[in-house]
Amino acid sequence: MNMTYREAMRAAMREALQQDERVFLMGEDVGRYGGCYAVSKGLLDEFGEERIRDTPLSESAFVGAGIGAALGGMRPIVEVMTVNFSLLCLDQIVNTAATLRHMSGGQFSVPVVLRMTTGAGRQLAAQHSHSLECWYAHVPGLRVIAPATLEDMRGMLRVALEDPDPVIIFEHNALYNREGELPDDVSVTEIRRAAVRRTGNHISLICYGGNLVKALEAADELAKSGIEAEVIDLRSLRPLDDATILTSVRKTRRAIMIDEGWHSGSLAAEIGMRISEQAFYDLDAPLARVCTAEVPIPYPSHLEQAALPQVATIVSKAREVLGQHV
Amino acid sequence: MSEFRLPSLGADMDDATLREWFVKPGDTVKNGDIVAAVETNKGIIDIEIFEGGTIEQIMVQPDEKVPVGAVLALYRTEHESEVKRLTPEPATHPFNKERASQPERTPEPESTSAEAPLRKRISPAARKRARELGIDPDTLSGTGPDGAVTLDDVLAGAGPAAPVTKPATQPELSRAGMRQVIAAAMARSKREIPHYYLSTTIDMTPALDWLEARNTQRPLPERMVYAALLLKAVAMAVKKIPEMNGYFADGQVQLDTDVHIGVAISLRTGGLVVPALHNVTKKSLDQLMPDFFDLVDRARSGHLRASELQDGTITVTSLGEQGVETVFPIIYPPQIAIVGFGSLVDRVIPVAGKPAVRRVINASLAADHRVSDGHRGGLFLAEINRLLQEPESL
Repeated sequence: MNMTYREAMRAAMREALQQDERVFLMGEDVGRYGGCYAVSKGLLDEFGEERIRDTPLSESAFVGAGIGAALGGMRPIVEVMTVNFSLLCLDQIVNTAATLRHMSGGQFSVPVVLRMTTGAGRQLAAQHSHSLECWYAHVPGLRVIAPATLEDMRGMLRVALEDPDPVIIFEHNALYNREGELPDDVSVTEIRRAAVRRTGNHISLICYGGNLVKALEAADELAKSGIEAEVIDLRSLRPLDDATILTSVRKTRRAIMIDEGWHSGSLAAEIGMRISEQAFYDLDAPLARVCTAEVPIPYPSHLEQAALPQVATIVSKAREVLGQHV
Repeated sequence: MSEFRLPSLGADMDDATLREWFVKPGDTVKNGDIVAAVETNKGIIDIEIFEGGTIEQIMVQPDEKVPVGAVLALYRTEHESEVKRLTPEPATHPFNKERASQPERTPEPESTSAEAPLRKRISPAARKRARELGIDPDTLSGTGPDGAVTLDDVLAGAGPAAPVTKPATQPELSRAGMRQVIAAAMARSKREIPHYYLSTTIDMTPALDWLEARNTQRPLPERMVYAALLLKAVAMAVKKIPEMNGYFADGQVQLDTDVHIGVAISLRTGGLVVPALHNVTKKSLDQLMPDFFDLVDRARSGHLRASELQDGTITVTSLGEQGVETVFPIIYPPQIAIVGFGSLVDRVIPVAGKPAVRRVINASLAADHRVSDGHRGGLFLAEINRLLQEPESL
């Protein structure tokens, strides 16, 4: 069936709402407006105000309410409009959701699913465009996942809802309008393992979420000059699937991390360090990364694009790592 | 400039044939590095350099036969290195290549300090593989980023058959040559050294029981064979009777305080070598065992070091495997004593006034009468016996 990423997530939510009456959706503008990115459009009419709940503009309040509902036995899906706004509820997520299982000695768990959009590219300016996934990937007690394919957008939510602990799903806003063919039988996908999206022997391109599209395009470009790039889609940002990453890097002996976060303290940095710790003697070139320039994301389109990882920068970085000067 | 000369690898060595260089001009070496393999009548021997520096020039090519003392190579010591820096070969040097194409680049800091040598860029994977293949990655030209040597460069450098420095088949040592050397040494021994012979029977039951109990508590690779106990006992007995350990040459006795036991190892191709196990008294049994196995392996694969062939201060020979009960050994000159062990056998001997079946071994001593007398030799064997009755003290 041909559909957009947006429709795939909507289908996943609809299915969850139909199958489990403990599931409800809560967030800013998710009801009448149909969601800031129109992901929940039509769900209010179908499921009613009890289960599709518009909230006041207070992330701390409604994420806290979602955590409370999860503690009370519900299976809330809480939509935070963008990861930028989630900083207002960081305390609820990091100090409460992530810690209660630990602090109660396993008596309480918080099975909440938080959906957040992330990423830049749509000229939404600095306060709506940042990629702060690595902040959450830093925190024990959270599971952090990032769908990058249509199948994962459709299938990850259900697995996330089954998890007894808090799960954060990062949806890159540039993906929502993309279309693709979705097999009919996809309703569940893996969220624990990284996926090899393209195999190759010369270099590993390690990415997640919105950058998978760019990495695959870069791999196509590299293939024209005989470079076979292997593309790893992390899918899970916490925990990281070291085994898949290392297997690939040990084969290709070279790696580039592509991450829309800023260089400093990024997931790219963490992955590079893990490779260095565990596969140093298999490396044939310095590790490299393509990240976002260390600036607040600019509003003008040409500056915004210049700040972000691009196909051309991935390609030229790959050539550099392979010793091909272009 | 300093000269690296062919060392004497034994009292009866006059010359040797250079078989292989492990270094080339420009390589840096440090004290103890193995730099070449030479063939003497005793076999192919790796020779070490005893001063750090940079190899400047190779004077003797493989397959050339040269006398002891011949200059094999010239090298510059660390102190001499300020005189002149080696010019890197422009064609293969990555930095030079890069500068030529990008003249506007800021010079690398090393050009301002003439002393800091450039570290060639070699990827970790390339370095690791090169080491496995025995290739010097510094000799390869790199195709990686900034001219770094990559794994592919190493594999290309290795050629289709892989290893470069260690040929699969070592040049065969001439058997006749080895026979001649053994003949010369043994004839000299019998001609010059007034041997006296002593032997005693040692009850090995306590030692073997102790060994068995110890071995059952350990994984297979850490288990010990009784030969290690014999070696250790000989070394420790030497500490008490020092006249068994050292050399007699040019009318002079020279006793040694370190105990390097020459271990007679018969080669599968015929003949024997007697490399030294260094500092046996200073080694624990746990350390002695792997060192012993390593020595035997290298003796049989032809990778002994020069120091091992020169340094023996006393020899131990064991013919137990052949079912021999007593060995009447011949001293390996210029050493002054040799201890022989026969095979372990069951014998009825009196224990606490009653006959008992015990495992015993015959230990024999041949010693140089110019250096010691039978009385001291007897004490020496008795000390070995005593030590083996208290294996836990070894």
